[in-house]
Amino acid sequence: MIEHHNALEGKSHFKGVWVFLEGRKGALRDVSIQLIGEGRRIADRRGVTLTGVLPGYRVEALARHAIGYGLDRVIVVDHPLLEIYRSRPFTKVMATLIHRDKPEIVLYGASKNGRDLGGRLHAVLETGLAADCVKFDLDDEGNLDMIRPSFGGKSLAHILCKQHRPQMASARRNVFLAPSHDPARAGEIVHQTADLSEADLDAKLLEFKEFVREGGQRPDEAEVVVSGGYGLGDPKNFGMLQELADLLGGAVAASRKAVDSGWIPKEFQVGQTGMTVRPKVYFAIGISGAVQHLAGMQESGKIVAINIDPKAAIFEIADYGIVGDLFQIVPELIRQLKELKAPGLPTEILPAAV
Amino acid sequence: MPPGRPLRILVCIKQVPKAQDLQVDPKTQTLKRVGVPSEINPPDANALEFALRMKDRMPAEIVVLSMGPTSFDESLERAVAMGADRAVLLTDRILGGSDTVPTAHALSETIRKIGGYDLILCGEETTDASTGHVGPGIAGHLDIPQITYISDMEIVDGRVRARRTAEDGSEWWETAMPCLLTVNFGCNRPREPTLSGKIRVKRGGVIVHWSCADVGIDPNKVGLKNSPTIVAKVDTVHLPPRARKMFTGEPREAVAQLLHALVEDGVIRP
Ligand SMILES: Cc1cc2nc3c(=O)[nH]c(=O)nc-3n(C[C@H](O)[C@H](O)[C@H](O)COP(=O)(O)OP(=O)(O)OC[C@H]3O[C@@H](n4cnc5c(N)ncnc54)[C@H](O)[C@@H]3O)c2cc1C
Ligand SMILES: Nc1ncnc2c1ncn2[C@@H]1O[C@H](COP(=O)(O)O)[C@@H](O)[C@H]1O
Repeated sequence: MIEHHNALEGKSHFKGVWVFLEGRKGALRDVSIQLIGEGRRIADRRGVTLTGVLPGYRVEALARHAIGYGLDRVIVVDHPLLEIYRSRPFTKVMATLIHRDKPEIVLYGASKNGRDLGGRLHAVLETGLAADCVKFDLDDEGNLDMIRPSFGGKSLAHILCKQHRPQMASARRNVFLAPSHDPARAGEIVHQTADLSEADLDAKLLEFKEFVREGGQRPDEAEVVVSGGYGLGDPKNFGMLQELADLLGGAVAASRKAVDSGWIPKEFQVGQTGMTVRPKVYFAIGISGAVQHLAGMQESGKIVAINIDPKAAIFEIADYGIVGDLFQIVPELIRQLKELKAPGLPTEILPAAV
Repeated sequence: MPPGRPLRILVCIKQVPKAQDLQVDPKTQTLKRVGVPSEINPPDANALEFALRMKDRMPAEIVVLSMGPTSFDESLERAVAMGADRAVLLTDRILGGSDTVPTAHALSETIRKIGGYDLILCGEETTDASTGHVGPGIAGHLDIPQITYISDMEIVDGRVRARRTAEDGSEWWETAMPCLLTVNFGCNRPREPTLSGKIRVKRGGVIVHWSCADVGIDPNKVGLKNSPTIVAKVDTVHLPPRARKMFTGEPREAVAQLLHALVEDGVIRP
């Protein structure tokens, strides 16, 4: 059943760029939209069409909408068993389509589901899959140059998949700019039936509990991010960070250890397995500065670190640092910011230039 | 639970350089592995702890499985000392340079040879390759259900229920055994090796080494030559230099200096 494409001459049968479109609650995931923009760029350079693949249930309208971001066509696989993402049926659908249509490049968003799908699929197809790419290029022979951070973001690795097709990669969220939407854009919708039965449903979703966001700005959209780590010691102390964030017109975020401790929902997590933020200022408070954390915030404008440990790694990438107890520093910051905001006072509290 | 015999849990662990010691060889642009302290890939330690906690509650046998050089014995010994029953190391020079495709293939062949498994646990991803693709790849090869990114699990009426962390919420999934689960980093605190565990390691016989021939792995399916992807080159990332200015003194003073600097930079406006 599995074809091998080890022979170079076999490669020429593979044409076109595909983007796996991930629907979530009736909308496209933002990373899928961002990928359409990048897929468009690659398809244009290769001089081929850009296809979106959308497995789901009652997703025709979503497919039409997706075209507006720059697709030439969308393959819609509409089936009640595809209503929510599940590893086995989605792998089956994608593998069948890829075997039949032979795209040259298939791109996925590096979401949890994207990795779950890509990981299973690439093994079944026996082709390469580069994870978490942040940049794409083409080499002299027209191979996709899949560029991803390695060693905790200390370097960028160029991954090539020369002998196998399709070339597959997942892309990190929020690295590629979302293209603008043109509702008038023309594109084709191709309907595909899926040969699925209950036997393909090997897992059942019993319950979904949505993380609740208590108002506030999204960290990945804020100009100021106040991020708390395990040093906060207790979930209630995020209240103090929220107050600081409010004074600065910013958003609260967190390290993974704070998230894993159950202090704050997952969607506030910054880092390699969370989100990437690039605010004007990033406050790292009680965060040690592990490589996986840095991966999500090292492109911030200014980085401010507050940590009791003078040897904490976070100070190495900070513009400004204060060694001290956050329970003293943060309240003081809040107090002085309030004073700054009160008219007439600023010059009195600011010392001479340092 | 499967009737009449203990649950057999396989835990796939990889040995990785310690996170804080990640060093890139400036000449080869690859990860320095020799002379650098290593550890069990942290999410794999969580996966092992997960298995050990199941074994605390019900009859179970834990087999730890790894593919790599014989230096990986260090981690396998630790795993047994923590409470795993035995370990298998797939070790063969022809495996060198394998990417996720041959790795998933070789591990699933080894799992077939071990046989009789009910649960396969992997970590969510490794700290050195960080793809998270090997676990789902194994499940794909073995054609068994997979539930990724889990942090909690129970067995109800012989079926697995696991809590998966998605970006926007947590999901409870149910599936049949055998199945493969990938375990979230940080979902538990891995225990320390015990004295009796260390003694078991000392006595020997808890770790077996298998070659590709022992398992029956086709040499044309593994290794660098049979890996679809290659690392063509590695660029060093030049991050913008940071001022690394430290404000000292009493909190009042240090904070005033910090705010002053941020106002000067124009990043906050009072
Ligand atoms: C596969 C994998 C993926 C990961 N992904 C991510 C990710 O996406 N994001 C992420 O953040 N991490 C991630 N991690 C985890 C990462 O390795 C670190 O464990 C984590 O970032 C540590 O969080 P922390 O800095 O809050 O906690 P710690 O490392 O425990 O640091 C707490 C800090 O608080 C300081 N502190 C304590 N008390 C005070 C006080 N009173 N005042 C001031 N300072 C104080 C301490 O000095 C210390 O530096 C990942 C790990 C793995 C293995
Ligand atoms: N060489 C290996 N030996 C054993 N298990 C591995 C190996 N490589 C990867 N794994 C397993 O697969 C998971 C994901 O790895 P990766 O795809 O490299 O991020 C790890 O957490 C391990 O459980």
